[in-house]
Amino acid sequence: MDNLRIATPEIFLLTATCVVLVVGLFLKPEQRQLNYWMAQAALVVTLIMSTSQIGDAPASAFSGAYSIDAMSASLKSWILAIVFGGFLYSRDYLSERQIARGEYYTLGLFGTAGMMIMVSATNMLTIYLGLELLALSLYAMVALYRNNAAASEAAMKYFVLGALASGMLLYGISMIYGATGSLNLAVVNDVLVGGSERSVGARFGLVFVVVGLAFKFGAVPFHMWVPDVYDGAPTSVTLFISTAPKIAAFAMLIRLLVDGLPVLHADWQQMLSILAALSMIVGNLVAIAQTNIKRMLAYSTISHVGFLLMGIVGASAEGYSAAMFYAIVYAFTTLAAFGVLLALSRDGYEAVNLNDLAGLGKRNVLLAAVMMLAMISLAGVPPLVGFYAKLSVLKAAIGGGYMWLAIVGVFMSVIGAFYYLRIIKLMFFDEPIVKAEINAASDVSAGLAVNGLALVVFGVVPGLIMGACVAAFG
Amino acid sequence: MTDSSSIILSLTIWIPILGGLAIIAMGNAKSRPFALVVSLLTLLVSLPLYFGFDKTTAAMQFTEKASWLSSFDIYYALGVDGISMPLVILTTLINVIVVISAWEVIKDRPAMYLGSFQIMTGLMVGVFSALDAVLFYIFFEATLIPMFLIIGIWGGPNRVYATIKFFLYTFLGSVFMLIALIYLYKEGQTFSILGMHTLELGERQQFWIFLAFFAAFAVKIPMWPVHTWLPDAHVEAPTAGSAVLAAIMLKMGGYGFLRFSLPITPDASAKLDIFMITISLIAVVYIGFVALAQRDMKKLIAYSSISHMGFVTLGIFIAFILIGKGDTAGVELGIEGAIMQMISHGFISAAMFLCVGVMYDRVHSREIADYGGVINTMPYFGAFMIFFSMANAGLPGTSGFVGEFMVILASFKTNFWIAFLAALTLILGAAYTLWMVKRVILGEIANDKVAALTDINRREFWMLAILAVFVLLLGVFPNIIASVMHASVENLVQHISISKY
Repeated sequence: MDNLRIATPEIFLLTATCVVLVVGLFLKPEQRQLNYWMAQAALVVTLIMSTSQIGDAPASAFSGAYSIDAMSASLKSWILAIVFGGFLYSRDYLSERQIARGEYYTLGLFGTAGMMIMVSATNMLTIYLGLELLALSLYAMVALYRNNAAASEAAMKYFVLGALASGMLLYGISMIYGATGSLNLAVVNDVLVGGSERSVGARFGLVFVVVGLAFKFGAVPFHMWVPDVYDGAPTSVTLFISTAPKIAAFAMLIRLLVDGLPVLHADWQQMLSILAALSMIVGNLVAIAQTNIKRMLAYSTISHVGFLLMGIVGASAEGYSAAMFYAIVYAFTTLAAFGVLLALSRDGYEAVNLNDLAGLGKRNVLLAAVMMLAMISLAGVPPLVGFYAKLSVLKAAIGGGYMWLAIVGVFMSVIGAFYYLRIIKLMFFDEPIVKAEINAASDVSAGLAVNGLALVVFGVVPGLIMGACVAAFG
Repeated sequence: MTDSSSIILSLTIWIPILGGLAIIAMGNAKSRPFALVVSLLTLLVSLPLYFGFDKTTAAMQFTEKASWLSSFDIYYALGVDGISMPLVILTTLINVIVVISAWEVIKDRPAMYLGSFQIMTGLMVGVFSALDAVLFYIFFEATLIPMFLIIGIWGGPNRVYATIKFFLYTFLGSVFMLIALIYLYKEGQTFSILGMHTLELGERQQFWIFLAFFAAFAVKIPMWPVHTWLPDAHVEAPTAGSAVLAAIMLKMGGYGFLRFSLPITPDASAKLDIFMITISLIAVVYIGFVALAQRDMKKLIAYSSISHMGFVTLGIFIAFILIGKGDTAGVELGIEGAIMQMISHGFISAAMFLCVGVMYDRVHSREIADYGGVINTMPYFGAFMIFFSMANAGLPGTSGFVGEFMVILASFKTNFWIAFLAALTLILGAAYTLWMVKRVILGEIANDKVAALTDINRREFWMLAILAVFVLLLGVFPNIIASVMHASVENLVQHISISKY
């Protein structure tokens, strides 16, 4: 019974998702909104269940394959809240394009369940199952817009490369299993601590695991899929891919490298530092050249992955909590940015070019203000919350002796500031090309306002999130 | 009066920030009187900082401290000493002038404009009163956002280029400071600025930390050769933006040198003093000549600002030569001269930019060639303009003279040639400002536009009169500022005379 108690939120979410799926079959086209409301209700209930687990004593279930601790409870809550926001922003976009036949929400919910499993799994096979549940949902979501050639191409690319990455990861896991005789991360760690002769095989496996992780994160040089998928997928799906899964990927990285293979930290520190530096450099430099917002945000994501990895590179508790903070902050900042893009894409019109933002300050001041806050936060300028994310990972990197990486980081963040400022310039300094006002649904406006306000409020009192992150690794 | 439970600084920071947000939220209709109330209230709550100031101690006064981000050891710690307090008052004072100057000039979204200035005022007060390094950095960087928007939205034709250049230049400088601050935390386990002052640091460490601070503050103040953002930003910014930029934002750089570079890395500062003095003198002399060649009035004043700021850095860094000679009085003279120069330049440069603004509002040109004989149609304005120009050139009796004189005097104690080059500013400053006055204000009426000018109205009169009073007051009684900073400067000099290793 105790096993089930730990996994209640996941079990509930999966059951609810099946209900949403079945109900969706019997809905008439004009009743489609019901799917949306049911999905949101499922998320809210799961969110309540999962927040109630925050503060519970760490516990493990299913023979050590699944566990709940401070990190997983709070990350799951953030994932659920962010998916909730993502569904809210996506609703009107989907129904206008006739791609809201319920599948988006059910696939999204399945993906969310996958992310929750990734966060809580402590057995390599469970991690892999969670990852695949998420990945398969994402492949299908990208392909939802099946009449659109770009979307189909993106889905194909994503599937092939994603499968390759999963293969790499699985290969690495199998080697670690071969070297240690266990899939359970705690046991793997014990075996490696006990005998160094086994670490050669594990180290070989580690390389493949890191490659798999880097693929999933979109870290350079395994980033090729990111811009194409971001660009080709319907914007609502891009939003989904770019936000919560990054948090889940962070958790997966912590489980595999920090919980399972801390003995090999010298090896993965080196690999991650190179990945981090390359991601920050390539992401920021290439983003400057983009004229398509979704591609620009894709490269921006790559650069932020670099910053996130910079936190982990130091291999200290301080660094892990910094990276966790970074992942959470990145996810809800990007959520706001894509939320604004979705609100702009109306009446069959896709806001994809930078010029679509021109003069937004005069067309809808709320959307423009939220976008501005998101951009300033992504640029890491105080007093917005993105600054503390940068501060914490820089502090961790310098504390861990990676001064060169910190210098690369700040240098790249200045370059990054340029393309974020360009968005603000377009919105506020330029005249609109189309003068028509833009009206967003009132609940979407309210959601965006809360999202934008969160960037400021957590900027003034960052301790609210930081406290949980520190507790997770304390 | 060292009061540990004072809330004056918090009020001075948060009244304008919250007031500014309220102005933006309330919309354009009543924004002007409301902004005036906010700015006057801010000034009012800041006045006890001066009148209740204990001149006998170098300790931080009006301190506040609260834990803010405990996992990072970051505190909400505020306090002022004799170096920062005058700058706080200067900020709140200029803020009132800014609101008056924008009264009927800004027609496009006045609420956002005035609100941004109020928010910026609160942030700048925060810069001068923060005692926690991260808090300082947050305020220091956050001021970029409102200024970025002010130049970008209400600026001139080339505003986008200017504002992005302004932002990126200063951002690039300050991120290196952030690295240095984090490194200092790693060494000393504290973000407290005063704690960093006493931290022992080796030669190499100090060298790199000094360079990181230099990147931030030299860009901000700005020193030659990283000054090129300033003329662009000044020319494109709206009048009040230029005034605040010149009057207060540049002082953050000078303040940073005094609060961070000198006390944290005294040995590196001493080692690099010749380098600092050289580029300061280049700023004074070379930029003085550049100013002479300008055809745009705002650009001329911008270059004149750079040249005057060269005096500030000169006054600060000749300290180390004098310490070597054991001349403590000379060191204090130089540093106090530098601070006097900062305060005085705050009033004079603001006034000069507002004067140009007054003419620009009427003629819509800043070209010197478009004017001539303005005094014939605008006698009151002409008088003000001539007065402020004289002050800018360092006429005795005005505040502009005091700081320059103190710094030149201190330079004489170091080396004749340093003093000679520094003193050239008296000639160059007179040349470029008075030549501009001759071409713009004096002479025959040059064209129909000048002939059609109307003299300043009551609002403009008071705006300039208040500044003129302060310029004269500081010129005749420099002691009102010099006396409050003396104890703090003495303490600073004592601190930097002792090697850290």
